[in-house]
Amino acid sequence: MARAVTPRRKALNTAISWAVGLLIFFPILWTILTSFKTEAEAIADPPLFLNFSWTLENYAVVQERSDYMRFLWNSVIIAGGSTVLGVMIAVPAAWSMAFVPSRRTKDILLWMLSTKMLPAVGVLYPIYLICIEFGLLDSRAALVVILMLINLPIIVWMLYTYFREIPGEILEASRMDGAGLKEEILYVLTPMAIPGIASTLLLNFILAWNEAFWTLNLTAANAAPLTAFIASYSSPEGLFYAKLSAASTMAIAPILILGWFSQKQLVRGLTFGAVK
Amino acid sequence: MGQITLEKVTKRFGDVEVIPPLDLTIEDGEFCVFVGPSGCGKSTLLRLIAGLEDITSGVIGIDGNDASRTPPAKRGLAMVFQSYALYPHMSVRKNIAFPMKMAGVPQDEQARRIDSAAKALNLTDYLDRRPGQLSGGQRQRVAIGRAIVREPAAFLFDEPLSNLDAALRVGMRLEISELHERLKTTMIYVTHDQVEAMTMADKIVVLRAGHIEQVGTPLELYRAPRNLFVAGFIGSPKMNLIEGDAARQHDAATIGVRPEHIDVVDDGPWQGKVGVAEHLGSDTFLHVHGTGLADIVTVRATGEVGLRHGDTVSLAPRAEHIHRFDASGLRIA
Repeated sequence: MARAVTPRRKALNTAISWAVGLLIFFPILWTILTSFKTEAEAIADPPLFLNFSWTLENYAVVQERSDYMRFLWNSVIIAGGSTVLGVMIAVPAAWSMAFVPSRRTKDILLWMLSTKMLPAVGVLYPIYLICIEFGLLDSRAALVVILMLINLPIIVWMLYTYFREIPGEILEASRMDGAGLKEEILYVLTPMAIPGIASTLLLNFILAWNEAFWTLNLTAANAAPLTAFIASYSSPEGLFYAKLSAASTMAIAPILILGWFSQKQLVRGLTFGAVK
Repeated sequence: MGQITLEKVTKRFGDVEVIPPLDLTIEDGEFCVFVGPSGCGKSTLLRLIAGLEDITSGVIGIDGNDASRTPPAKRGLAMVFQSYALYPHMSVRKNIAFPMKMAGVPQDEQARRIDSAAKALNLTDYLDRRPGQLSGGQRQRVAIGRAIVREPAAFLFDEPLSNLDAALRVGMRLEISELHERLKTTMIYVTHDQVEAMTMADKIVVLRAGHIEQVGTPLELYRAPRNLFVAGFIGSPKMNLIEGDAARQHDAATIGVRPEHIDVVDDGPWQGKVGVAEHLGSDTFLHVHGTGLADIVTVRATGEVGLRHGDTVSLAPRAEHIHRFDASGLRIA
C-alpha cells in the first residue's frame, strides 16, 4: 500500500534531495567557477563565489601549454576500446551464467566481484613489470586491456542481471528454430538486451574515462589520457588552482555532457533488476 | 516423415529421477497427446524429445535415426511454447521468417511460405506488427506460423492454449486439429486438460510421476481405463469411484461408473439427496449426497431436469458400463 505523504513531508523530502544533490555537485561547480577566476581570485580568502572578474585566460593558457586534443583522443581510445572489448567478452560470459548456470555460477560471480576489492596498488608492480617486459609501457593497447580487465566484473554482473530478465523460452525457441549459439546471441539475445547493453557500455565508458590510477602510472607522453592532462597541472613548483580547474573542466566536460544526455539510461541501468 | 521412438529413455535431475525408463512410439502423422496432472513429467518428456533437455540414458529416434545427442536445431522439429516465445524485437513477418533464415531458405521461397502461412492463419494484415501489438490468440497463431514454415518432421506443442481465455481456447483447439488434418504431420501435444486430450488426440499418453499409465485412443481410455488413475483422470465430470459393499457385489475392490451412465429412476438401487444441481441446459449435473457409496455421486442427466437442492433421488447405474478394479487399482477384465 502506498504511504500517504503530507505536503509538508513532501516539501521536506524535496529540500533534502536538493541539498544532497547540491552537496554532491558542489565540487564540480566550484571547479568550473574557479576555472574562470584569476590565480589571485582563486585562492582569495574568504573565497569568492560569483563576484569576481570572469576571464577565459586560464583556458587560453592551458590550450597553449598542452595539446588538449591529443589527451582527449587518448581518453576516447582507451575508454572506448576497453569498453567494447569488455562487452565482447562479457556478453558470452553473462549468457552462459544466466542461461546455463552450473552449481558454481554464483561462486564465480562473487569471486569475480571480489577482485574489485583488491587494492589496485597491490598489483601495480607485477603489471608494471609485465608492461616493461612486453614493451607496453606508455601504450594505449596496454591501458585498453588493463582497464577492460578491471571493469570486466562489473560488465559481466550488469549484463548478467539484464539477461536474467529475458525469458529463457525465447532462447529455446530460437534453438528450436535452428539457431546455433552464435545466431542465438547475435539475432535474439543481443537485440532484446540492447537497453541493458547500452547502459552497461555507458557506465563502463564513464568508469574507464575517469580511471586515474593506472592511466597515471602506466603512461608518460604518448598514451596519456585526460586524467594525466589534469595531473600535469599539479606541478611541484606550486599549484595554480585556476589553471588546474580549467584543465579539469576541459577534461570532464565531454563525459559530463555524455552523462547528462544519457542519465535516463544510466539510472535505468543501475537500478535494473532491483525493482520489477 | 516423422516417426518418433523412445527406448528406455530416462531423465534425472541430480538425484531425482523425473522420467524412469520409458518406451513409446509415436507413428508418423499421428496426433499424440501427453496428458497428466502438473508435475507428471509430460513437459519434461516433450523437452527431451525437442532436445532442450539432455536425456540421462536411452535412445530417442526420429525417423529411425538416433537423435539422442543431436542438438535441438538439427532435429527437424518445431515447437510451440506456452508463452508463445515470440521474438519481441522482430515483426510478425520476421518472426515467421526466422527459422527459414536459419535454414538458409532462399528469399523468394521465404516470402512464398510466409504468405501461405499468413493466409492459413489469418495473419496477413498483421505481418508488419510487433508481437507486443497482438492479442493472445494472434500471438499463438504467429507461434504456429513460425512452426509451420519450417516444414518440420513433427510439431511439439507445450500447453499452447493455457494462456488463452476459454472461448479462444475452443477456437484454437479446432484450428490446431484442422491444421493436423491438412498437414498430416506428426504432432505431440502436452496438456493437463483432459478435454483437449480427448477432443484432439489420435493417441493419448496418460502420465503420472514420469510413468506411462496408459496409451490408447481417446475412446479406448474412456471405455477401458487400465487403472483407477486413468479412470479418474479421463472423462468429465470425473468417474464415480465406489468402494465397499456396492463394489463387492460386483466382485471388485472398487467399481467406477461415469456420471453419464447413471440414470435417475423411480426405483433404483441407490438413494440420496441432491446437493448441488448444475443446470447447463443441454445437461444437468447432479451432485448427490448421502448415498452411502461415496461422499458425492455425480450424475449427468440429459436435458433439463426439474430437481433441486434437497430433493431425494433414486439412481440406477447401467450394468454394462460398470468398470471393475481390484485392490491394487488395476482393471478387472
